[in-house]
Amino acid sequence: MPEIYDSPQSGPGTRASNAALAANRGESPTSPKAPAAGPGPADTVRDEQVRSLWGDAWRDLRRNPYFVISSLLVVLLLFIAVFPSWFTSADPRDTDLTNHFLTKPELGSFFTADWFGYDNQGRSIYARVIYGTRASIQVGVGVTVLVTIFGGLMGMLAGYFGGWLDALLSRVTDVFFGIPFLLGALVVLNAFTDRTVSVVIGALAFLGWTQIARVMRAAVITTKQADYVVAAKALGAGTGRILAKHILPNAMAPVIVVATIALGGYISAEATLSYLGMGLAEPTISWGIDISTASKVVRNNPHALFFPAGMLTLTVFAFIMLGDAVRDALDPKLR
Amino acid sequence: MTTIDKTASAPSRRIEDDGDTPLLDVRDLHVEFKTRDSLVKAVNGVSYSVRAGETLAVLGESGSGKSVTAQAIMGILDMPPGRIPHGEIRFRGKDMLAMPNDERRKLRGRKIAMIFQDALSSLNPVLSVGYQLGEMFRVHEGLSRKAAKAKSIDLMDRVRIPAARERVNDYPHQFSGGMRQRIMIAMAMALEPDLIIADEPTTALDVTVQAQVMELLAELQAEYNMGLILITHDLGVVADVADKIAVMYAGRIVETAPVHELYKRPAHPYTRGLLDSIPRLDQKGQELYAIKGLPPNLTQIPPGCAFNPRCPKADDICRTEVPLLLSVTERDGTDLPGRGSACHFWKETIHG
Amino acid sequence: MADPAKKDEAAGRKDVPQDAVPNLTKVEVAEATTIAEVETVLDAPVERGEPILQVRNLVKHFPLTQGILFRRQIGAVKAVDGLSFDLYQGETLGIVGESGCGKSTVAKLLMTLETATAGEVFYKGQDITKLSGRALKAVRRNIQMVFQDPYTSLNPRMTVGDIIGEPFEIHPEVAPKGDRRRKVRDLLDVVGLNPEYINRYPHQFSGGQRQRIGIARGLALNPEIIICDEPVSALDVSVQAQVINLMEKLQDEFNLSYIFIAHDLSIVRHISDRVGVMYLGKMAEIGTDTEIYDHPTHPYTQALLSAVPVPDPAAREGRERIILVGDVPSPANPPSGCRFRTRCWKAEDKCAKEVPLLAIPQRFVGANTPAAHESACHFAEEKDVVHA
Repeated sequence: MPEIYDSPQSGPGTRASNAALAANRGESPTSPKAPAAGPGPADTVRDEQVRSLWGDAWRDLRRNPYFVISSLLVVLLLFIAVFPSWFTSADPRDTDLTNHFLTKPELGSFFTADWFGYDNQGRSIYARVIYGTRASIQVGVGVTVLVTIFGGLMGMLAGYFGGWLDALLSRVTDVFFGIPFLLGALVVLNAFTDRTVSVVIGALAFLGWTQIARVMRAAVITTKQADYVVAAKALGAGTGRILAKHILPNAMAPVIVVATIALGGYISAEATLSYLGMGLAEPTISWGIDISTASKVVRNNPHALFFPAGMLTLTVFAFIMLGDAVRDALDPKLR
Repeated sequence: MTTIDKTASAPSRRIEDDGDTPLLDVRDLHVEFKTRDSLVKAVNGVSYSVRAGETLAVLGESGSGKSVTAQAIMGILDMPPGRIPHGEIRFRGKDMLAMPNDERRKLRGRKIAMIFQDALSSLNPVLSVGYQLGEMFRVHEGLSRKAAKAKSIDLMDRVRIPAARERVNDYPHQFSGGMRQRIMIAMAMALEPDLIIADEPTTALDVTVQAQVMELLAELQAEYNMGLILITHDLGVVADVADKIAVMYAGRIVETAPVHELYKRPAHPYTRGLLDSIPRLDQKGQELYAIKGLPPNLTQIPPGCAFNPRCPKADDICRTEVPLLLSVTERDGTDLPGRGSACHFWKETIHG
Repeated sequence: MADPAKKDEAAGRKDVPQDAVPNLTKVEVAEATTIAEVETVLDAPVERGEPILQVRNLVKHFPLTQGILFRRQIGAVKAVDGLSFDLYQGETLGIVGESGCGKSTVAKLLMTLETATAGEVFYKGQDITKLSGRALKAVRRNIQMVFQDPYTSLNPRMTVGDIIGEPFEIHPEVAPKGDRRRKVRDLLDVVGLNPEYINRYPHQFSGGQRQRIGIARGLALNPEIIICDEPVSALDVSVQAQVINLMEKLQDEFNLSYIFIAHDLSIVRHISDRVGVMYLGKMAEIGTDTEIYDHPTHPYTQALLSAVPVPDPAAREGRERIILVGDVPSPANPPSGCRFRTRCWKAEDKCAKEVPLLAIPQRFVGANTPAAHESACHFAEEKDVVHA
């Protein structure tokens, strides 16, 4: 039905363009003095003014239950990561071998140290799950920020300037893309003895930027051919202005989508590395480390494994669901 | 309803009247689309008919519902979101909307075929042209691969594609725009249908190629005595090939007339405005007449006559009462065959 | 080796296609070297009817390459292949042609959005193909463009106010900061849009309204030349007339010179004072609108005109139509000699060997007839196809 959908009046902008139509009817093209803004048109103009594409996307998002659920989860996780002491008074490093060694969870006693039981060193699993959030969120957000900046920059330069720069950067991207992500991370991290959160972030970002770079490059190549970019050049706009005002805002959508979904992946990558003993190390609290230790006692004490693993799954799930919802709103064609 | 459907009796150079039943008879067709927050009324009571050998041009701007009507006839509307709440589409007297699905599918391609504007996206890029042409014969007539290929070479010859035998294994992208449109025509012609619906068949082509394609289409139509529904926005193309015209605006037919009559004496202000607003090749005019305002939003069609906000003749009655498509007569009351106008002031417009 | 001068000339001509147009006005080349001098040249006023833009032997070849890392050239698409014409102050020069004839490339070359392979574009005597940096930016202030597709020519993430105001941000000297908002509102009013719409986004407008926004952006810097690349072909018939009328009104109001590129011959006739017909990167015929439409002498122009459907059914029986065979050849491999010969009914051996020059045909030279205008055909002959 091209006839219906190519008319700008349908779709999200319906009401606003209606107002535009109504207000425009008084206009005669031969005498293009616009009608004096009477009370009617002027009111509608003020009501409907701001209807940017971002605004439309946000309106779509708020109606999407998956977005509501996942964003509430993500906000909760961020709070836990920043203020773990709000959620538990227990110390996650407090070992109490005498009383609590591998005690089963007391699911009725909410938010106490006993809630999820104790691990093989007598530490409150609930407290460890809460405090472990920080490392995971730090790694996820940190890697995502780094790869978005670096990969985005690489992709933008390659896509916009093309030619030999594109050939060079694309080959570099291909080389990095060829390295298996986890294997590469294991090798890189092996070179470090003191594997802190920032080391893990650095290692994952070092290997992970290619995905964003590819997405950004493709988006920039599509965008730079648009007539509005040509129009800006014809006005004499410099490269910086074109990139910042025209290319970036229009090429961002797919990057945001990919970055949000990838964030979940970085969190699980960190957990995997920590489980293998190549990621974070004690005394940092990480779900991956706890899963690793718990796996040794899983036969008799599955609870020690269940809670950190469950929390990890929930977190990854929340970010991937959020990414899907954002994709539906920003870029329906990608679906 | 006092709407008329006199279009069928329009005189034409090529018509062979084969009785009272027209080939295709669309009656009071309505189509609407449900979008997220509104109901788009794309077609609001369209009636027209085509006889064998006759060319009906459906003229309208984007959003007039001309293509949606054609898609409803072909049965290729996306449903949902599309819906046909009311109306009949009679092919040789049988209502296609009431037919079971498989019976309808048999008509499609075999009896009614369609030509689209964009030949490149209508052809499958990974299959050779010969294969796609042959598909019609393999599926509908059960021919063997080899026989189907021979038939496709035949078809390509018939639409005058040079070196058909050598090019039958080429892919769509290896043909030029005009040649691709010929292949589309060949595909539509493959099973010698009774009716062809051509939706803006030459809009994407250059004028010199456009002339070739229109000529080919007219020739084939005469040869097989097919009915042709030509959907277009181009008043020039219409004047060249149509026998009768239905002008659409906001999902309704606002005027019907035999082709010569319409250009000489339009009976609807919209038609008159369109004719006045196109520049002419053979004369240099002064300022162009411009219809003011914009085509209506289909979710909020103005009450009364949909054209009233843009009409120079609009009066109070136009804002309240929907004008029916009434037959148009001479000043002295003699009937003008095939003419109808949906305007409260048609008398003033045609005789004014 | 008797005449070294002649040989030199021949050698110089070998790769650069020449387009001899004997009666073009002579270019008074401005001798500006410093930026300040260039700016003075560009700001100088041009009398009505004097040439403001002069195109000489303009060539644009797009290389065809193979290989990914190590590219090698295997040929070139000759999009524009030796084009010369003048644009006079205050006039509208229409350029018509079929798709692939290079007319859009001409627009990009005149806007210096593409670099010319050879040839010059003189704006007020200043060759703008050689300019860069500040001087080029100054040229851009004076030559603006209106695009074909009103849906892709406006940045969907910017408000109408930002779109029309962008020229002022790029050229801050044109309007002081506090004044810009008011200027944008004025421009909206000039193109017939409600100034209250300043904060809306492009998707809230219809095609015709968007094209008005595009025109307002083009007008913002108060240019002298506007290059219109198919400005109404994406619009509905009833809206086309509105935009055409608006453009004519603006031309009078702001004393603009237009280059109007289109494939719709009727619209070009309506708006143009002079018309050039392009075929495969070359100008086939150029003259006033009456000369081209009522007295065409090039077979291609005649075929093109006769193919246009006339909105008058009474004309269809009597009218003679020239229906060309085949399609436009690929500009990567154009025919030798006259490029139109492969589709021409008059073609003879001479057409395959000699490139016809764009000049007044010998038989019409000195004759006081409208057929005496430049036509690149060996066998130019007047034939009225429109009224036939």
